[in-house]
Amino acid sequence: MLLDLPVPHQQQQILETMSAHSFDYLDRLEAEAIHILREVAGQFERPALLFSGGKDSIVLTRLAEKAFRPGRFPFPLVHVDTGHNFPEVLAYRDQLAAELGEKLIVRSVEDTIKRQRLREPGGKFPSRNPLQTYTLLEVIEEFEFDACIGGARRDEEKARAKERIFSVRDEFGQWDPKRQRPELWNVYNGRIQKGENVRVFPISNWTELDVWRYIQRENINLPDIYFGHERTCVVLPSGQLLGLSEHLQLDEEDEIVTRQVRFRTVGDSTCTAAVESDASTVEDIIQDLLLAKVSERGATRLDDNISEAGMEDRKRNGYF
Amino acid sequence: MDLLRFITCGSVDDGKSTLIGRLLYDSDSVSLDVLAALENRPTVQGTVDLALLTDGLRAEREQGITIDVAYKYFTTPRRKFIITDAPGHVQYTRNMVTGASNADLAIVLVDARQGVVEQTRRHTLVAALLGIRNFVLAVNKLDLVGFDETIFEQIAADYAALTDHFQLPAATAIPLSALHGDNVVKRSTRLPWYTGPSLLEHLESVPASVEAANAEPRFQVQYVIRPQTADLPDYRGYAGQIQSGQYRRGDRVKVLPSGLESVIEAIEVNQQEVETAVAPQAVVLRLTDDVDISRGDAIIPVEHVPTVTRELEATVCWMSEQPLWPGRKLLLQHHSAVVKAAVPAILHKVNVQTFARAAADSAQLNDIVRVRIKTAVPLAVDNYHENRVTGAFILVDEQSGDTVAAGLIGAANADYFTAPVAPPVAFSI
Repeated sequence: MLLDLPVPHQQQQILETMSAHSFDYLDRLEAEAIHILREVAGQFERPALLFSGGKDSIVLTRLAEKAFRPGRFPFPLVHVDTGHNFPEVLAYRDQLAAELGEKLIVRSVEDTIKRQRLREPGGKFPSRNPLQTYTLLEVIEEFEFDACIGGARRDEEKARAKERIFSVRDEFGQWDPKRQRPELWNVYNGRIQKGENVRVFPISNWTELDVWRYIQRENINLPDIYFGHERTCVVLPSGQLLGLSEHLQLDEEDEIVTRQVRFRTVGDSTCTAAVESDASTVEDIIQDLLLAKVSERGATRLDDNISEAGMEDRKRNGYF
Repeated sequence: MDLLRFITCGSVDDGKSTLIGRLLYDSDSVSLDVLAALENRPTVQGTVDLALLTDGLRAEREQGITIDVAYKYFTTPRRKFIITDAPGHVQYTRNMVTGASNADLAIVLVDARQGVVEQTRRHTLVAALLGIRNFVLAVNKLDLVGFDETIFEQIAADYAALTDHFQLPAATAIPLSALHGDNVVKRSTRLPWYTGPSLLEHLESVPASVEAANAEPRFQVQYVIRPQTADLPDYRGYAGQIQSGQYRRGDRVKVLPSGLESVIEAIEVNQQEVETAVAPQAVVLRLTDDVDISRGDAIIPVEHVPTVTRELEATVCWMSEQPLWPGRKLLLQHHSAVVKAAVPAILHKVNVQTFARAAADSAQLNDIVRVRIKTAVPLAVDNYHENRVTGAFILVDEQSGDTVAAGLIGAANADYFTAPVAPPVAFSI
């Protein structure tokens, strides 16, 4: 016979073994992510986990506990603080780092702006998202990080759908979609030359819904702003709601309303829109999501709407 | 709910991206803002171009082609699906190999007006080479041949001749129109003669990945956990993923390649001790003896020890523009083991259209060749056709760090490509 196939009784045994362990798709995604985190620990000298305080990076810390306890994490948590963060998220960040007993490094976009004499974004909604890249590259240089673990997912955006799990960047952090390494099986090649570094995305294969189902299963605490709460917001021309903060430049004709809202992502508060929701539990959010017809990025990010190739351009320039 | 990973393969104009777009669209996996972005783009028919859901990069949108492997996700109440979309161009065998390496099932797409063409054979054989045994023949654009049953039957018969010839399991053939949605998610009333499932119904019911849980037990150390704290001064845990089979507490094991023996004292999953663990679980193993073990070592029950060797014969898909020549030195990465390696001989080249052998003194980009490999350190390996995890490796260029080849171990399986040249394929109109 040319190609060996399992004989039927073997297949039967396989099914029995599987059902005895009752693996579902979340178990598989979890095992894959832990495997990736351990590859980072095994292959790199100075890795870091980029921690934003958002749900995806919070899930990463849970996965890291599963990968490395009872030992310490083989990497610090690194937060690039835009200065426009939600205060609830910063409080959560500090508390989580303390509970985990892991090292937290914070570097601020504010300092980068001063040091590199960058121009502050102007305009009505002065998002510092594009400036995060500068701070990220600075912190990589400062600590000579050779691998940065992030919580990006391929389902977030079309350019992300082609991202590797181990994504090699040059010393300017640039991503070249035509020069990506083929990624075969679950064999991850993190070999780099001096000056290069690797971005690693352990939850690449998870969707937003998967993340929420995992949060539910693992009973993970999140910052309050993920759940429905009353907030004073500005109504944007698109109809989207933006939480009121001191960073916004308001006009007299801006419409200010108070609504029951929650956030689906927790980035820069000047470009992270809120969605109307009274979901108060993870289960409510999952139900919301099952009904939701607007994808995560579209609902909440103002900066990708600028051009269809927005994400691709920012990734090429070293964005996370 | 379980998980199915599948790859879609087809030639340039078979409508592959449209088919994926249709699966996402009709299963309500496309959100409103993504649709709005599509609707802003001009199309020939003035309708939504579903192919744009997968063509992610600007170069692709400009040229209207897919240049790299993309991943898409959707979930039905029955299953989570991961779609690997690999481009169909002749020169992109490397993408096809990459995509197939992680897939449980392949959808082979053909245009009903073209039938089974050379690329259909190529895609099928590459997928089969990478270990896929579950094939769906999606006969697309049936609307353009008037939903003619005889045309569909002829194409299905041509394809069956192909799978028979290579002793592959029979494919499930489904007539459909991705553009109009017939038989993709919903069964179509326009093909009353077809009584089988729609494509999605089939994907939801086909047995999902039962990867190697019953194969020989295999485990490789990824990372050694040593807290060295006051509470745990001597704790030493070997962290890794069970690659195949099952591990039990109390198993007598060999550490490879050193050959040292010990016993599994504990298996930990998320810091809980368990009696047994099975692939693909991520675990920590602790052994009763304090033996010298580091990343890359395999820990395997004594009665299941595989070949430990410094000499391999392997089928290799070459993925670099710089050719492979006999004598070339590279790094071989066998999961967490990375060793220096040399390729002393290229035995022959494999024609991916026919599986026929041809003499070769080098391998160029997208060539599939049979090679002998020597490694500096012995490796514990299996044949790929027996174990898709431990039979696989990659070759890495030591200088650039680039992945230059995918390798399938097959020392005891030199007959893999001895099939006689396949009969000519009938082209249907």
